[in-house]
Amino acid sequence: MVNRIVTGAHYGLRDWLAQRVTAAVMAVYVSAVAGWALLQPALGYDVWTELFSGNMMRSFSLLFLLSLFYHAWIGVRDIVMDYVKPASVRLLIHVSVILALILYVIWAVQILWGL
Amino acid sequence: MVVEKDMNKTRPKHLALHKIKLPLAGYVSILHRVSGAILFLALPLLLAMLDQSLRSIETFTNLAEYLDHALVKLALIGMLWAFLHHFFAGLRYLAIDLHLLHGLSGARASSRWVLAVSLALTVVMGVKLW
Repeated sequence: MVNRIVTGAHYGLRDWLAQRVTAAVMAVYVSAVAGWALLQPALGYDVWTELFSGNMMRSFSLLFLLSLFYHAWIGVRDIVMDYVKPASVRLLIHVSVILALILYVIWAVQILWGL
Repeated sequence: MVVEKDMNKTRPKHLALHKIKLPLAGYVSILHRVSGAILFLALPLLLAMLDQSLRSIETFTNLAEYLDHALVKLALIGMLWAFLHHFFAGLRYLAIDLHLLHGLSGARASSRWVLAVSLALTVVMGVKLW
């Protein structure tokens, strides 16, 4: 019988798979942006803001950041599960990390859509 | 059963980290974890940089000036390594999950590649950044 605790993993394939799917999304996005950057003769403010001016690029950037945040959550949770034993401290770290990541989501939307 | 239980209780823990000799793939693995932690902690800084770079020409120029300091550049190069190592070690794990790497030789060779490529790219991009 698995001892299910609130600060543990979700005992399933979901997070494992999510970590890999988000990784693939990020790898494609980063490769695309890196390729774009290599093709630019000079990287100034104009070219940079031009890249982020369309809704398409903003949406894919947000998709990248959401993948990153979810990926980071699984990674941080794995690290905490390995090194932090007291459930109370674990819970505190988990809640802090989740709240921080939710704030990053809001911030990311504001940054990308120039709010 | 009883004997087994007692053995479990007295089983020694070998946690003398300086005495543990990891295989190459073990170093790639722990560095993947370390670089991931670094990148997570750097997230607010990276988001702030994206924010400043897009907000206006003034904030863009300010950011560029700030990032020109030697210590900041060193930190950036450190983060660059963390990103590159995490990226290539991550691709290696995806390759393993897809059964593209086989056996001990495959594990060793790919570990060597991950360490070498991420370090080499850090040097190349670091020199360019400097």
